[in-house]
Amino acid sequence: MTQSVKITSDVDSVRSEIRDNSIRVIDVRREGDYKQDHIPNSVNLPLATLLSDDSPENVLKLVNSMGIDDETPVVVYDDTFGALASRVAWTLEWIGHSNVTLLETTYGNWKSLGLENDSKIPDVSKKDHSLNLQSDILATSDYLESAKSREDVILIDNRERLNYLEQHIPGAISLPYRTLASDDKILRSKEDMKRLLGNRGVSGNSEIITYCGSVGTLSGLAYYALKSAELPNAKLYVRSFKEWKNLQKPTIKQEDANYWDLSAE
Amino acid sequence: MTISDLTHSSVDPVSPKINWARVDEADHFAETVKLYRQGKYDEDSFRRFRLQHGAYGTRMTSDYAMVRVKLPAGEIYPKQFEKLSKLSEQYSIGSAHFSTRENIQLHWVILEDVSEIFRSLAEVGLTSREACGNSVRNVMCSPLSGVCCDEKFDSTPYALATAKFFLRNPMAQSLPRKFKFNFTCCEKHGMVRMVDVGLIPEIRQVDGSEQKGFKIFLGGGLGNKSFVGHQLEDFTPEEDLLYTSIAVMRIFDRLGDRKNLARNRMRYLVNDMGWEKFQNLVLKERAIVRATQSVVTRLKVDTTPSKITRPLKISDETGGSAPDGYARWLKTNTVKQKQSDYRSVFITLEAGDITSNQLSVLADLIREFSSEGKARTGFVQNVALRYVHEDDLIPLYSKLLQSGLAKSGALTMTTPVGCSGTTSCNLALTNSHRLAKEIQRKFLELKLDDDDDLADSSIKISGCPNSCGQHGIATIGFFGGGGRNGKDMYANYQMSLGGRFDGETMLGQTCLRVPAKRVIPVILKIIELFKENKKSDDTLKSWIHRIVNNSEDSAVKSINDIKKILEPLIIPPNKDDDPDFYLDYGSDTSYHTKTGKGECAA
Ligand code: HEM
Ligand code: SF4
Repeated sequence: MTQSVKITSDVDSVRSEIRDNSIRVIDVRREGDYKQDHIPNSVNLPLATLLSDDSPENVLKLVNSMGIDDETPVVVYDDTFGALASRVAWTLEWIGHSNVTLLETTYGNWKSLGLENDSKIPDVSKKDHSLNLQSDILATSDYLESAKSREDVILIDNRERLNYLEQHIPGAISLPYRTLASDDKILRSKEDMKRLLGNRGVSGNSEIITYCGSVGTLSGLAYYALKSAELPNAKLYVRSFKEWKNLQKPTIKQEDANYWDLSAE
Repeated sequence: MTISDLTHSSVDPVSPKINWARVDEADHFAETVKLYRQGKYDEDSFRRFRLQHGAYGTRMTSDYAMVRVKLPAGEIYPKQFEKLSKLSEQYSIGSAHFSTRENIQLHWVILEDVSEIFRSLAEVGLTSREACGNSVRNVMCSPLSGVCCDEKFDSTPYALATAKFFLRNPMAQSLPRKFKFNFTCCEKHGMVRMVDVGLIPEIRQVDGSEQKGFKIFLGGGLGNKSFVGHQLEDFTPEEDLLYTSIAVMRIFDRLGDRKNLARNRMRYLVNDMGWEKFQNLVLKERAIVRATQSVVTRLKVDTTPSKITRPLKISDETGGSAPDGYARWLKTNTVKQKQSDYRSVFITLEAGDITSNQLSVLADLIREFSSEGKARTGFVQNVALRYVHEDDLIPLYSKLLQSGLAKSGALTMTTPVGCSGTTSCNLALTNSHRLAKEIQRKFLELKLDDDDDLADSSIKISGCPNSCGQHGIATIGFFGGGGRNGKDMYANYQMSLGGRFDGETMLGQTCLRVPAKRVIPVILKIIELFKENKKSDDTLKSWIHRIVNNSEDSAVKSINDIKKILEPLIIPPNKDDDPDFYLDYGSDTSYHTKTGKGECAA
């Protein structure tokens, strides 16, 4: 099992590691945004590029081209409360890269703190990463369908509450992704996270599977939230609810209430 | 240095004076929920406990709660708005709801998350403690107290002191039933006669000097059966305010009906006993309280005036031309204050709902535009920014436009009150909440908010007879039920006319039942009748008032005349011709009534 104790990297150490050139920083925003400005020395892997083909072979190619080998410490950031970064980090973990963390804050916040950024595109020499697939952090629909009925499996839906009420996978509990952050960090403190999850009965050695709307971003963040609370036995249902619905698997709805009409959207 | 050190630097010029919270209640609540889920806490005691802490049940499920956050006297500060914005996104549905009693509510919260909300609320001094259950509910105060041109003095400090005195006070932990205080500014604004204890500030001259006090009204209230309150005495001096409150509560505690849950509000006690007898009891009890408590108990009234400082403008945006719709908005959403050059600005919401993003926008707008640095919630599911300088109104309006908060009509009939109905309430029979929104959208489209004849009327809608939507005191009021045409059911509302909540408070008179999908045409028809028959200086309210009091002399003289004219509009169509008629608003399946266990009496 891949188990990195460190889930996020704090701003100060990332800055000094950039100065020492001892890490690889990945910016997962769109190419245009990245070109305007980014954290110095970071490389760009737009999430869409990864998602267009996230087979292990292709991911490996991308990783190599970013100059990452098995030993390179990697830090990932986005400007979307950590969800896109999480999806990329998880994918690296999945192909067998164990040393990957999330920047503790978003790029927007990094900039608003006045921290350094530039538009230089670093020269990167290709590296050679091995492929060591960590299938135990991935849940497929078939796996989920059979695991769901097990007593020791907890299924978590990370979409917003109204979407969950409208339709969700039977047995899932609702933990909207917004709940995972603190005021200024993409994840709450370990103690706060443990309390939140503990209140919900998410604790101990249960196997925990997270899912969200379509591509495993929001639930990717939740995957790291679980690990930050020292719940190592987490899996990401990466194809999430979109696939589940397309496969016409069973869903359930909160009946007899017009909750949508309480929304001011 | 950490990120947290860097980002928590903004300091508001005005911050809450009173901390209502106690963070240990969060831990206690979390523990109790765990015990309850493990079956170590019986259903009834848990429900009492939950309600005492401000968490209501939710329609057809025991997994969710509604958290009712109290805003005593309606005061709310920027940091509190920001916190509520976050909480609505994290634990609720991305929106929050302003209630009719100056609470702000988070719906569809997972019961296990409620304690997390308590913990966060405590960071900004807020609590939901005793917002539900048999306790002293949120103490209200007119949103115009302190700025109203007709008030004798500002009753806000008295409302706050009363709230502070009773919160967590052992005397108020297991009353026969809920107990409500409403303070107001003047006769016109506020609801002093429709509440257990209603108070209007009053000044009298004693030996050439001014003495502050109140006109106190007792035993009013809305519900399945509604009553208008009685005035206790001509004048109650401020020193007697607390003694009177304690005396009334003691009598209610001692004599209130603890068995018959449907009749245990204080108004039933007053009604059963007769006003004079009740009045005498209160006066006697007050003498006892005064004699035994005078040294120990005092209301801690803090009358230091609020600091009024016009926020500095970074860029001078005045002098720009007014955007479209500004004049209409200015007329229907703002009130001139007694302080010259200042206005109070009411924000139009739909049935009190507001998005998480809009809540945080309001925090910024208070900082930028309100010279008192805080806001006040109102009686009709709304919120007001006060002390906005006349010169800042156009820039403020422009900002409101950007965030979808600039709709007009806040202070007119086009913004109806709608209780939660089937969106979340266990007892609901109809989707009253959505109906309120539908009426508003239609009426704004028709620009009815611009019609001065309609401005002082009101529309209020409840989803069942329990009156949370306060239909009884509306010019046009509705409460929901089921209608039937053969074997087919549809959402149907009982309509009442002529209710009011001012100096001439009275309950509306029943007119007829109106199917949900006919409510809008029926109201429009009433407006048409009014226009045909009005006298030159009539408003809809004054015209209907004459009709319900049998003093109208035109062609339409009585409720019955109106009823006859409306009857053709409410005939159920054939289901095949008009299937939509048989669907309630917000629903695409055929209408049926379904209710769960109500908690109003718990
Ligand atoms: C028999 C049961 C109930 C009765 C008699 C009752 C009565 C009332 C009345 C009279 C009001 C008007 C507030 C005022 O001006 O004093 C009110 C407010 C309200 N009630 Fe109820 N109620 C009942 C049950 C419920 C239930 C089950 C819910 C759903 C959770 C609910 C939700 C509300 C809300 C949201 C308000 C407005 C906000 C507030 O007071 O803070 N009520 N209720
Ligand atoms: S009036 Fe009826 S439907 Fe509306 S909130 Fe009250 S109990 Fe629920």
